[in-house]
Formats: sequence, C-alpha cells, structure tokens
Amino acid sequence: MNYFPEEVLEHVFDFLTSHRDRNAVSLVCKSWYMVEKFSRDSVFIGNCYAISPERLIERFPRFRSLTLKGKPHFADFNLVPNDWGGFVYPWIEAMAISGVNLEELKLKRMVVSDESLDLLSRSFVNFKSLILVSCEGFTTDGLAAIASNCRFLRELDLQENEVEDHKGQWLSCFPDSCTSLVSLNFACLKGEVNLASLERLVARCCNLKSLSLNHGVPLDALQKILVQAPQLVDLGIGSYVHDPDSETYHKLKCAIQKCTSIRSLSGFLDVAPPCLPAVYQICLNVTSLNLSYAPGIHGTELIKLIQHCRKLQRLWILDCIGDKGLGVVASTCKELQELRVFPSYVFGVGRAAVTEEGLVAISAGCPKLHSLLYFCHQMTNAALIAVAKNCPNFYRFRLCILDPTKPDPVTMEPLDEGFGAIVQSSKSLRRLSLSGLLTDRVFLYIGMYAEQLEMLSIAFAGDSDKGMLYVLNGCKKLKKLEIRDSPFGNGALLTDVGKYEAMRSLWMSSCEVTLEGCKTLAKKMPRLNVEIINEKQQLEASPPDDRQKVEKMYLYRTLVGPRRDAPDFVWTL
Amino acid sequence: MEGGVVYESGLNLKATELRLGLPGTDESEKQTTFNIRNNKRPSPDTVEDCGSSGSSDDKHGGHETAPAAKAQVVGWPPIRSYRKNSFQAKKIEVETGIYVKVSMDGAPYLRKIDLKVYKGYPELLKALENMFKLTIGEYSEREGYKGSEYAPTYEDKDGDWMLVGDVPWDMFMSSCKRLRIMRGSEARGLGCSI
Repeated sequence: MNYFPEEVLEHVFDFLTSHRDRNAVSLVCKSWYMVEKFSRDSVFIGNCYAISPERLIERFPRFRSLTLKGKPHFADFNLVPNDWGGFVYPWIEAMAISGVNLEELKLKRMVVSDESLDLLSRSFVNFKSLILVSCEGFTTDGLAAIASNCRFLRELDLQENEVEDHKGQWLSCFPDSCTSLVSLNFACLKGEVNLASLERLVARCCNLKSLSLNHGVPLDALQKILVQAPQLVDLGIGSYVHDPDSETYHKLKCAIQKCTSIRSLSGFLDVAPPCLPAVYQICLNVTSLNLSYAPGIHGTELIKLIQHCRKLQRLWILDCIGDKGLGVVASTCKELQELRVFPSYVFGVGRAAVTEEGLVAISAGCPKLHSLLYFCHQMTNAALIAVAKNCPNFYRFRLCILDPTKPDPVTMEPLDEGFGAIVQSSKSLRRLSLSGLLTDRVFLYIGMYAEQLEMLSIAFAGDSDKGMLYVLNGCKKLKKLEIRDSPFGNGALLTDVGKYEAMRSLWMSSCEVTLEGCKTLAKKMPRLNVEIINEKQQLEASPPDDRQKVEKMYLYRTLVGPRRDAPDFVWTL
Repeated sequence: MEGGVVYESGLNLKATELRLGLPGTDESEKQTTFNIRNNKRPSPDTVEDCGSSGSSDDKHGGHETAPAAKAQVVGWPPIRSYRKNSFQAKKIEVETGIYVKVSMDGAPYLRKIDLKVYKGYPELLKALENMFKLTIGEYSEREGYKGSEYAPTYEDKDGDWMLVGDVPWDMFMSSCKRLRIMRGSEARGLGCSI
C-alpha cells in the first residue's frame, strides 16, 4: 500500500465537507481515522443527549463549528413541558474548559441562559457566528454580553426565539471597534433598540449583507439605514408605516433604488399598504419573500406586490392570500421551489383561506416546486394526485388540514390514495407530514414507496399496529418518527426493536402504548433512552400499573446512558 | 346580525369593550371574530380550530348562527409557539386599544381617550366636543376648522404638531401620539392654510 503523508491525507479530506463522507472515511483504517479526527472542522449533533460534550471533544479535538439540537420537534407545539431539558450551558462550559477554538455555534430548540451567553462570549477569542433558532431562556442581557465581548463577531442571527426584553440597550454594546458584522437578525425581539446606535453600527460594518429589524425600528430609521447599507442582500423590514406623501417616504424610495443587491425580503411586521410601492423595485429581483408575519398586507395590495416578484424561488405567506392569490403566484412565480402557507385566522384578518384548489394551481404553474408546507381547510385525493403528477421532485411535503381527521370532502374517502400518489411520484422525498382522514393503507404506500424518507410526522391517523409496522419495515432510511393520537400500541412498538438504534428518535403521544411495553423495550435496548413524560402524575410511582397507557414517550439512541438533568416528571426507564 | 351584543348607549359600554378587529371594520368582520372569541383567554396551550370548518360542504365558512363546537386540541394546528405567541400579541394589541392623552389649553388636567373606539374623524371630534364641552365644527382641507375657536391637533411620530383630519384615519391612528386642543389666536393661525 502506498504511503500517503498525513498532510496529503488532510488536504484531501479538506474537500470532504459532508458529515456522511467524513464518517465513512474514518472507518477505512486507523491512520485515516486519526487524520480525519484532527481535521474535522464542523460537527452536527442532531440530539444533544445522544452524546456528551466531553466525548465530543475527545473525538474531534479541533472542531470549530458546532450545531446542536435539543428538544424533540413536537416541543414546537407545546407537547413538551417546560424544563424538559436541552440546556446548552454544560456544552459551553466543557468547550471552554478544554480550550476548544469555537468559532460558530448553531442551536435549535435549546434552553440558552444568559449565563451561557456570557460564558460563550468570554471563552472563545475567535468566536464569529451565533445562530439561535426556536430557543428560549435568555434575555437581552445575554445579547449584550455577546455584543460587548465577541470582538470578531460576524453573525448574530436570532430566529423565532422567545427573548425577554430587559430594556438594556444591548445593541449599543457593540463597541465602536466592531466593524466585522456580516449578518444581524433581531426581528424576533419585542423591545426597542437604540436607533442611533443601530445606524452607526450599520454605517461602520461595510460588509453587512443580511439585516433583519424588529418592529421597534420605524420607517424613517429604515431609510437612514438603507442609505448606509446599499450592499444588503437580505433585508427584514420592521415597521413600515408612514405617510406616502411625506419627504421621509420619498427619501426611502430613493434609498431603496440604490439597493440593487437585495435578493431576500421579509418582515413588514407593521405595515401601511400605501407605502408598499417603494419596494416594488426590489421585488423584481427578489428570490426569497417571507410575508408570514405581515397580516397587514392582504387583498389587492398583496397581489400587486407578488406580481412584481417574477424571480421568486421561496415564498412564505399567510393563507389570507386565498386560492385566487395562489393562482396569481402560480402564473407569476415560475421559478418557485419552496412554498409555505401559514394559517392567518388567529390574526382576525379576512375570511379567505386556502383549499386544494390553490395547491393544484401552484403545482400546475410551478413545476420546480420541491418543498411545501401547506395549512388548508380541506384537501382531496384528486388534487393530491394532480400535484404528484405536476411536481415529482418533492423532498419535503408537509400538509396540515386544520380539521385533522377531515376526509376528502368530495368523495368522503380517506386521503390514503392522495398521499400514496405523492410518495410514489416523489422518489427523493425525505420529509413527510400527514393529516386528514387516513387509514393503515397510507402507511402501506409509505412503506412501499418512500425509500428516501428520513422524517415522518403522523397525527390522528391509522387503524392498527399494522400501519406503524409498514413504516418501520419499509422505510430503510427513517431517522425521526413522531406520532400523536394514533392507535399504535405495544405490538408495533416492540416488533423490531433493533430499528430504533438506526434512527435518531421516536416520539409517541396519546397512542396505545403502555408502561409495560415501554419497560420491555428499555430492557431489551440498553443503548436507547426511553423517556416517559409523566406530567399529570397519572402514573403513580408506587407501584404504577404497567397496563396503563403512556401519555408521552420519547426514545432516542445514545452513547452516554440516561441523562442526569431530567426533571422529576421525566422517567428514564 | 349574528353575534350581536346589545350596547346600552347610556353607559357607553361599547367605548370600554375589549374586542377584536379594528374600529371602522364592518359587521361581517365582527362575525369572523365572534368565532374566535369563544376562546376567552388566549392561551398558548390550546388553539381553537377554525369554527367554520365544521361541515365538510362549508368551504368558506359562510353564514353561521353559532360557531361549530370544535374541541380544542392541544398542539393543533401545528404552529410553532413563537408564531402563535406573536399572533396572541397582535390580538392583544388589537384588543387593548390605543390610549392617547388629550390636553386642552387652559384646562387644569388632561384626559385620555381610546382611538380604537372611534370609526373615523367625525366620531372622534364629537367625542372631544362632548368631553370638553366645546364646539370644534367641521373640517375642511382648505380652511381647517374655520369658525371655531378651537383646533384639534396631534403630535405625530416625528414630534411635529399636525392638524387633525388631513391624513387617512388609519394612518392618523398609527401615528398619533397625543392630542392637544388649541384655542384662541394660536388655533386660528393653525386653521389658516398655507
């Protein structure tokens, strides 16, 4: 065998960026394992309880970028109690102690305290990028620490986090010497920021490409910011309310005309529709548009805006656009790849909503569509079959009918055939969410055809254990399975226990699984954590009746055994 | 009219009623919000299903005598908490009203009114007239409130004092920070158009 010096191997491995490739390479031989180990730059941990920070650092001592995910996905919908877990502090502490040269940290669904942010800001001199998605537990004080102490910060991206506002002028904590920001997103913050500080910050960060403002930033401030940052590529508008006859608005129009690089637009958290024409110019080149937090834009104003967006590839919108509005999207946005339609009824805005008609129109007009999230009032098999035919390239298909067990309103049949058509036609489908009236048959189809499926979300579906078994037996690449309110029990759970070690996690709530079934599983599979969430003390501790149904079960593979930070209401069997 | 509630004009309960929807919206919008109003306390844990989806033929909700009794299902529809909470925040914003101070030159103390209660300028001016026992009269673009000793003005977001009535009502509501009823020569000066 030829001898390759390690530097050469390392150089070759530099070209391997995917985790899968790197993992594969580590298995070839001991020397490849060692070279790869020390050159692994970025690590992705899909479940923070699958491994401990100490073992991570031992395995990859020189990583600089870490992505961590905490709570299970259904925590997004209030199915997981607060204090369940997912704390980032132990990770930051361990990395600080071991001298990891952390530069990038991305967290999703984790609990992030101000102490964590403070420790993070002081422990890693080269820290550059912090992205927090759907996290909670911190306040603007934590952000002040990041702003003050991270001297080379390039990116601070806060997406949909619950952040407590302490009115502490966190944004003013960026020192005058900070000129490195490339991306700043604070749209989810509820409080005010110091506008003068913001303008000065934008003025001195000439590499700023992405800026998302919160609703505390008014239109006149936006105008001044855009004058300083015509190079922006991604803009999130906060408040967009003004008198369209005013000089300020006129100045804004001029400023916007100079922003020729904007490709992504979002926000409009407060909006006066008469001011929208100023952004039409930007819309001509925009490839990504997120109006899902802009209930103030609807009706004809919304249509007019969309009609300017001929290059749109990604659209997030509220369902007040209606089926007709989606028809306009279909005829205007021929390059559309991703569409998300969120329910707007809670805003109390309008009565229009979307049905299967809108979706069919989109599929007919936008053949490149490959990612969908669609909240609607109803769906038919015929529509799904048409969509499957028009768009055979879905990798993500998530349908949510607001009435979760609604059948096809035309035929009164379950939606098995419709979803069956989707999985049969989209051979690269990786993620699927089902809703509507569904029998075991849909799972038969999924097991048969969804060969690439990695994540499946099931709610109020199926008739018997057979349904779940079709999926577990058929979907070889399944990583995450989450099920609620479906009649799957111990039979399905226990038939192929080895499967769960090949998956990241399984969630089952309000199903037919009993305590006995869970205990049996836990006993057979020591490398799984089988957690029962026992909120209402329904399972009494001494001794609990094993025949009782378990309200919420979450199991996941792990290398480090039961977690020590589980609260009282979580039992690891 | 479905969802109608009797308002006693004497007590003016309507002025202090918390409700969804902007003032100036018509009754059909009230119909929409009535369905949601069954959820007395906007709670993040329960989401009321859209009342109109009860019957499968009922595509667009249409006309109902009562919202369909939909069980509240935890975590359905599956919308991220952050998004739902920002909806709630918007709802609360819509429900709690826009209270602004009203000062009148010469008066010993200020008053406060909720702009959301009024559908437009005529109603607002009438309320001010009642509150301060004076006559403001009618607005004209050319001459302001000519013929009156008083001129209603407001401070906008830029800090400027503007004459009430020039801009569309919705825009006024979102930019008005406080009101001041000017009187005497100062008022007449403002009333003269430039």
